[in-house]
Amino acid sequence: MSAVQATVPFETVRTPDAAGRPIKIHTRNVKVTYGQKQALHGVSIDIAEKAVTAFIGPSGCGKSTFLRCINRMNDTIAGARVEGTITLDDQDVYDPDLDVVELRARVGMVFQKPNPFPKSIFDNVAYGPRIHGLARSKADLEEIVVTSLQKASLFNEVKDRLTEPGTGLSGGQQQRLCIARAIAVSPEVILMDEPCSALDPIATAKIEELIDELRANFTIVIVTHSMQQAARVSQRTAFFHLGHLIEEGPTDHVFTNPLEQRTLDYITGRFG
Amino acid sequence: MGPLWLLALIAGLSFFGYVLGRWKSVVLSGKGALAARPGYYGAYVLVWTAMPALAILIVLSLAKPLIVDRTVRANLPETVLADTTQLSLQISGVEQVAAGLKLATPDELQNIRIGVVTARSVFARHGLPLGEDVKPYQLVAAGALNVVSDGLDTAIDAAVVAALAFGLIFAFARVRPRLRARNLVENTVLALLIAASSVAILTTVGIVLSLLFQALQFFSMVSPINFYFGTIWDPRFAAAGSTESGQFGFLPLFWGTIYISFFAMLVAVPVGLFSAVYMAEYAGSKVRSIAKPLIEILAGIPTIVYGFFALTTIGPFIRDWLAVPLGLGTSGNNVLTAGLVMGIMIIPYVSSLSDDIITAVPRSLRDGSLALGATRSETMRQVILPAALPGVVGAVLLAVSRAIGETMIVVLAAGVAARASLNPFAEMTTITVKIVNQLTGDLEFTSPQTLVAFALGITLFVITLGLNVLALTIVRKYREQYE
Amino acid sequence: MTDRALPLPPSQLSGPDVRKISRIDIGLKRRYAAERRFRTFGLMAVALALTFLALLFGSIVLRGYTAFQQTRITMIVDFDPAIIAPDGDRSPAAIMSGNAFRFDDLIAAALVRTLEIDPNDEDALYDGLDLLSKGSGPMLRSMIAADPTLIGTKKAVAFYATGDVDSFVKGTIPADVPESQRLIKDKHIVLIDRLKADGALRLAFNTALFTNGASTRPEMAGVGVALVGSLYMMLVVLVLSLPLGVAGSIYLEEFAPKNRWTDLIEVNINNLAAVPSIVYGLLGLAVFINFAHLPRSASLVGGLVLTLTTLPTIIIATRAALKAVPPSIREAGLGIGASKMQTVFHHVLPLAMPGVLTGTIIGLAHALGETAPLLMIGMKAFIVDYPSTPLDPATALPTQIYMWATEPERAFTERTSAAIIVLLAFLLAMNSIAILLRRAFERRW
Repeated sequence: MSAVQATVPFETVRTPDAAGRPIKIHTRNVKVTYGQKQALHGVSIDIAEKAVTAFIGPSGCGKSTFLRCINRMNDTIAGARVEGTITLDDQDVYDPDLDVVELRARVGMVFQKPNPFPKSIFDNVAYGPRIHGLARSKADLEEIVVTSLQKASLFNEVKDRLTEPGTGLSGGQQQRLCIARAIAVSPEVILMDEPCSALDPIATAKIEELIDELRANFTIVIVTHSMQQAARVSQRTAFFHLGHLIEEGPTDHVFTNPLEQRTLDYITGRFG
Repeated sequence: MGPLWLLALIAGLSFFGYVLGRWKSVVLSGKGALAARPGYYGAYVLVWTAMPALAILIVLSLAKPLIVDRTVRANLPETVLADTTQLSLQISGVEQVAAGLKLATPDELQNIRIGVVTARSVFARHGLPLGEDVKPYQLVAAGALNVVSDGLDTAIDAAVVAALAFGLIFAFARVRPRLRARNLVENTVLALLIAASSVAILTTVGIVLSLLFQALQFFSMVSPINFYFGTIWDPRFAAAGSTESGQFGFLPLFWGTIYISFFAMLVAVPVGLFSAVYMAEYAGSKVRSIAKPLIEILAGIPTIVYGFFALTTIGPFIRDWLAVPLGLGTSGNNVLTAGLVMGIMIIPYVSSLSDDIITAVPRSLRDGSLALGATRSETMRQVILPAALPGVVGAVLLAVSRAIGETMIVVLAAGVAARASLNPFAEMTTITVKIVNQLTGDLEFTSPQTLVAFALGITLFVITLGLNVLALTIVRKYREQYE
Repeated sequence: MTDRALPLPPSQLSGPDVRKISRIDIGLKRRYAAERRFRTFGLMAVALALTFLALLFGSIVLRGYTAFQQTRITMIVDFDPAIIAPDGDRSPAAIMSGNAFRFDDLIAAALVRTLEIDPNDEDALYDGLDLLSKGSGPMLRSMIAADPTLIGTKKAVAFYATGDVDSFVKGTIPADVPESQRLIKDKHIVLIDRLKADGALRLAFNTALFTNGASTRPEMAGVGVALVGSLYMMLVVLVLSLPLGVAGSIYLEEFAPKNRWTDLIEVNINNLAAVPSIVYGLLGLAVFINFAHLPRSASLVGGLVLTLTTLPTIIIATRAALKAVPPSIREAGLGIGASKMQTVFHHVLPLAMPGVLTGTIIGLAHALGETAPLLMIGMKAFIVDYPSTPLDPATALPTQIYMWATEPERAFTERTSAAIIVLLAFLLAMNSIAILLRRAFERRW
């Protein structure tokens, strides 16, 4: 990174949410360093409730790093340091009194590569409710599992083989299983880190359809490489570049009428 | 010439051949381009000089004892040959007489022949005391032995020298610029590499054949059924020549082995597994970099040291503070002591292998669980350990195999009494202890008391082989799953 | 969804103020207690393993450090020619032959002078002789045989005290038990105190431990002979297993086709590394001694057996080192027209050498401590003299430890521990060299 960029402060250009949705997550001046290397240079963004917010940008721009700040998954990486404030419903996520287990129960996450546990399909989905003690009885648990699988539109495909290992499913099914697993804990927010990058187009279409349905009940933040995907599924889009948040606004605005030259360059394919 | 002299001669002439071959190729290089660097021509002559001679030396040296043995047998009277149980003793007796005859001076030999002095007294004067007087047929056989043996030695010398000379001259004559010396030398090196890699196979074959051969001799005297299903171990050490033998029941030894290994695993599995978990999940890099090598030191300490530790520290402690107060035993040698100390020895085998296996579980599974709000211990217990289970089972099986084959700790700490009891403060014994016991003292490769060690050995080998192969297959499958 | 107590979706919960508090009880208190417990178990396991290690080293060092000193009684000996060489022949052969007890007379005379006792008081004389090692006479004899010019002179000689006196002086035999149960009687204590006051009896560095061989008397016993036996074996192991191991690994890693046969060799080598070492001992007994008629108790046979036990370790280490050399090196070699053999021997092997040597040293260290197979081939022998060739009867450091470990005397326990310290020191040195080697040549591709 050149010295010029480091000295010129970036002003994040922000257009208000026309739909007037309440803000679920506020972040102010979030910086992340891995050892000596700074990965994020002060990101401030508001994420609307019950909407899909897409993070786009070239690889290495810090979008995944930022996503992992929201449920504090960066804690698990040795040498990672996070500064700034992130609030979830006005509660500071990095408050020492806040419990990270509780936070992650409220903020679920779906990863780039499907990562079902080497257990049965049922046990995969039941894992979260079990550890958190969410079900009072066996029937409760079964209901949670069935509902979650239904919400993840996977139930009809797997209802006859709930006891078979989750690792035996196809890639797209595995990813929907992971979404069902996240839903089963009844989170408020679901973070998705390039959830379709390992999937074929048909599986991708299914997941996108699912994301659109889930929007009714969850606040969703999705990191994606594909601008088409961002345009298809998200209501709001944030563009990241070299660790800075360049622009954030309603998706149609960002894609048709960006305020920043760099955003325009990126979405028209001039770099990235 | 002795074999060492022959080897020195081979080495010297081979080096000479190298110098000669190299020199000739350098001289020839003036007349045309060489197909290989001069050193390869040197090596070419060296290979031709050394290899045939070495091959002849090895083959003839291996054949010599067989021929000598046949000669001795041919010269022994029928009555001696008929008593097969004493035959090997008779043959070694003849060998001793033959060695004595070589020591004696010509005068003394003459005196022995005409019966003025006994061979025994002559040999004793030369520092070779015999247990009994030399019998006439022994003198005959020994004389024949010396003649054949000396003749063979001369033949070996001659053959080796001939091979050396032929190889050197032949190869030297063939050195010319177009000779592809490098390919020939490289093929020889490749053959040597293959030979070296087959040593591992030969070792296994050697173990199986040698143990099996001796064990079958044992089973010709004691039936396998009596051995494997016998419940009493009482191999009376009979006086030499007596045919009386005791009872060789394998079961009490097997029980002792299993029981001690059980206690060892009781110590090693929880401690090893929990330290692996702690190292992989909780320990900071600093603690890890100190504690991990320290624990692995336990694996580098010789087992004799553990045995001494058990004998002098743990054994008396368990006797005085547990066995005697509980009224369950009075000996420092007991199952618990041996098991505990063996367990300590095995901790690092379980921990470092488990550590590798736990860290081989993909990070994505761990992340997936943590992102659902699971605590680290929940993630470890419910996701990582179940995923790592096959690998951990493999590690534990390898550790069990170590425990079963461990010798020095049990020799010093378990005791020698072959008994099957449930009392952990009782003295018990193991397969390995009995192998050591039966092979201590004067060995007679014809008595069941000695041969039983080989039957025990092949049984031990088969048990550990099964465990190892099972464990290695499991671990290998497990590794492939996550690669 | 019915009215059963299922967690409600967040949308159905009321306003933001409620959500600040934990929505639902997810049993955090209980779960964190479990977390702490689990973590504590882990920490305890590590602590336990380290405690065992400390206990092991502690008990052996505490038992053994005293053995590096030994009680010596220094007396002026009058090398009287009339006693040593009554017939005037002062050749070493003459000194070594003849009445062996005449040297005890020299000691008795020295004792009479040192303790200033009546030469005719036999009881007092024997009380004094009780303190001295029974090996003192032979020791004096070999001393004179080695240097006949001593005859006719008077010289101070530092004799060994008996093992019991040694233990008593070091305080490892308690003085406060009733005399009848004590190995050292009151009359001996008086003498010891007196000699101590005179400066004749004191502790000195125990050279015998490092130079002597086996002895039934602890004060004369040492590991010197065993060390030489171990050294011979290590030489044999090094000379055989390094070339064999490296050559075998090169073939398997660089040349062998990947097929069922090499798969079998692979499994076989891994299995050999886990075969109990005593089985190798049986193999050695059956093949090297019973079949090939090599001498029993010889360090050559020990070395051969240990070579077989060490070979799998060296092969596994060498293959790992060869595997770590990146393929680009091989491609570069082949690319400039070198043959495969040249590439391997000129480029790959030198780069893998540090790893190979590290593996070899660790393998040797294992072989040095190996005991059970040596018992099988008769290296558990009472050897007093240094073996001059690898074919002579010899014993090894670990088997010497084994033989001493079963001796009941306190002075032997002490020396066993000291011998273990010596063995561990060797192992530590070897492993340190291996670690340094790895650090010095560590390469990241």
